[in-house]
Amino acid sequence: MDFNLTKEQAMVQKMMHDFTENEVKPIAAETDRTSEYPAETIDKLFRYGVMGMGIPKEYGGAGADDVSCAIAIEELSKYCASTGDIVATHNGLCVGPILAKGTPEQKAKYLPMLCSGKKVGAFALTEPNAGSDASKGTTTAILDGDHYVMNGSKIFITNGYVADIFVVFAMTDPSKGTKGISAFIVEKDFPGFSIGKHEEKMGLHGSPTAEIVFTDCIVPKENLLGVEGKGFGIAMATLDGGRIGIAAQALGIAEGAMAEAMEFTKSRVQFGKPINKFQNTQFKFADMEVAINAGKYLTYAAASKKGEGKRFTKDAAMAKLFCSENAMKITTEAVQMLGGYGYTKDYPVERMMRDAKITEIYEGTSEVQRIVISSNIL
Amino acid sequence: MKIIVCVKQVPDTSGKVAVNPDGTLNRASMPTITNPDDMNAVEAALALKDNTGAEVVVVTMGPPPAEGMLRELLAMGADRAVLVSGREFGGSDTYATSQILAAAIKKIGIDKDDVIFCGRQAIDGDTAQVGPQIAEKLEIPQVSYAADIKKDGNSITVKRMLEDGFMEIKVQTPCLVTCIKELNEPRYMSIGGIMDAYSKEMQVFDYETLKDDPLIDPSTIGLKGSPTNIFKSFTPPQKGAGMMLEGADKNTCAKLAGILAEKHII
Repeated sequence: MDFNLTKEQAMVQKMMHDFTENEVKPIAAETDRTSEYPAETIDKLFRYGVMGMGIPKEYGGAGADDVSCAIAIEELSKYCASTGDIVATHNGLCVGPILAKGTPEQKAKYLPMLCSGKKVGAFALTEPNAGSDASKGTTTAILDGDHYVMNGSKIFITNGYVADIFVVFAMTDPSKGTKGISAFIVEKDFPGFSIGKHEEKMGLHGSPTAEIVFTDCIVPKENLLGVEGKGFGIAMATLDGGRIGIAAQALGIAEGAMAEAMEFTKSRVQFGKPINKFQNTQFKFADMEVAINAGKYLTYAAASKKGEGKRFTKDAAMAKLFCSENAMKITTEAVQMLGGYGYTKDYPVERMMRDAKITEIYEGTSEVQRIVISSNIL
Repeated sequence: MKIIVCVKQVPDTSGKVAVNPDGTLNRASMPTITNPDDMNAVEAALALKDNTGAEVVVVTMGPPPAEGMLRELLAMGADRAVLVSGREFGGSDTYATSQILAAAIKKIGIDKDDVIFCGRQAIDGDTAQVGPQIAEKLEIPQVSYAADIKKDGNSITVKRMLEDGFMEIKVQTPCLVTCIKELNEPRYMSIGGIMDAYSKEMQVFDYETLKDDPLIDPSTIGLKGSPTNIFKSFTPPQKGAGMMLEGADKNTCAKLAGILAEKHII
């Protein structure tokens, strides 16, 4: 059993650390304040091969392994969880299912676009009345000759108003329940596709979230992803992979908050000494360190299993559950350690705390993760 | 066209400097980085590669762990690397180092349209001697302090940044150029580059590889062949915070004169 990173993984960690320090950290507060999509950063992430990094070289990607993909998101999220989210969604939820279930033609057409072609990807499953119970979606896609006609809407779509390519789930046979759900690759320029409401969120302000609407949207028959009626399985398998990305994002947020708190408590003097000299502070850091390291092992282990082609559903759920709940705890604790300063926008920990909350909700709430874990052991 | 870039792994001097009893740097106990000016040289080479398709070869002289640095440069986009490493080379000063690197460059081979890029100077020794000395040993033209480089057929035009202005020089290839930080902003490694870095060619030139070159003589390499002797290395004491006086009026001048007199400076 080897817990060390490979040379390549260590190099990815170093590269992403340097990139985040120089390109992401300096603009993170401004991105949060203005809620502006960090377009220049994403452009650079395409240039350096981070967007679509797991795409094999034959399709123009970097051919990176799953642990490296998790490390990239972790490093970005240390200082900008929004950027981490954009990348996690693109790589895990759009590239992931096309790579896993796409036909050779679909892969040849879409995968190069999603790396060297600089097209941003998204994933559309959630509907107003179908969140955790994703089987209750009402968006339909009815076959009509050489194309499907799609009607309905999807909400809370990450990358919603900037994405070019969407993996969308719709009922091809509403009478069959989950067995009537199919997956599609939808381009934003398909007739009948439109963007609805832009969400204003508590956190992740730089990550563009929107409703997408299909009004007699024409989706070519060849854009069916996988087999008709097997979409629910594709959605669940995609979310398994996506959860490793969110675990990595949550891990990064926690690490960023801890680093900020360590820096602050080193120089904050109260009662005659820096507050990191109080055992109360030191014990809190000890607990944070344990949680972060445990989360790291869970996340990398899940990514490693995915890379080996083993079943990793429970592992991804455990990593996501543990890291997201710890991100919330650690960011809240960091705000507490910074006291009044922590509650202001002069320090990044309040943003980190707002950003952390979503990791307990999206790509399966903590409650859903507990369902997944318990159903895998009972 | 081929671009050979000479790089050096240096201690990260932003931390504490550790010194051996003999006065040399205790490199093993300090974190290392690629010398900053050398990163500008690598970037200049990669930018030229982007435009011309030239081959970029990175070369360093150092202990075996320097391979890690070379792999990072391969991950940035260099095509192959040469590690010049051997006990016989240890302890070399700038004179001996340039002898060895010149021999290594001759071994790699220099064609008519090739160029050699070096950083201006390393942050550990701060001599700025190795680049120019390599050019002397190779008997090729050299241009130092490059703030801009343009390639045009068998010549390159270099804008030199000097203390009091710029100087533009057109020089025939093969030639050697030393680069400064104003030249460019070094790129990051790329994910694709990282995934390829360990499958790219890495040659090791030891004493046996280079010994037949007339430049390589036991009396001109290593500690024995180094005319420089280091008597002492130390971390300079931290300077105290400065004092700023605002205003150009008589009172401020009087105050300044008072402070200087108090310190017995005037």
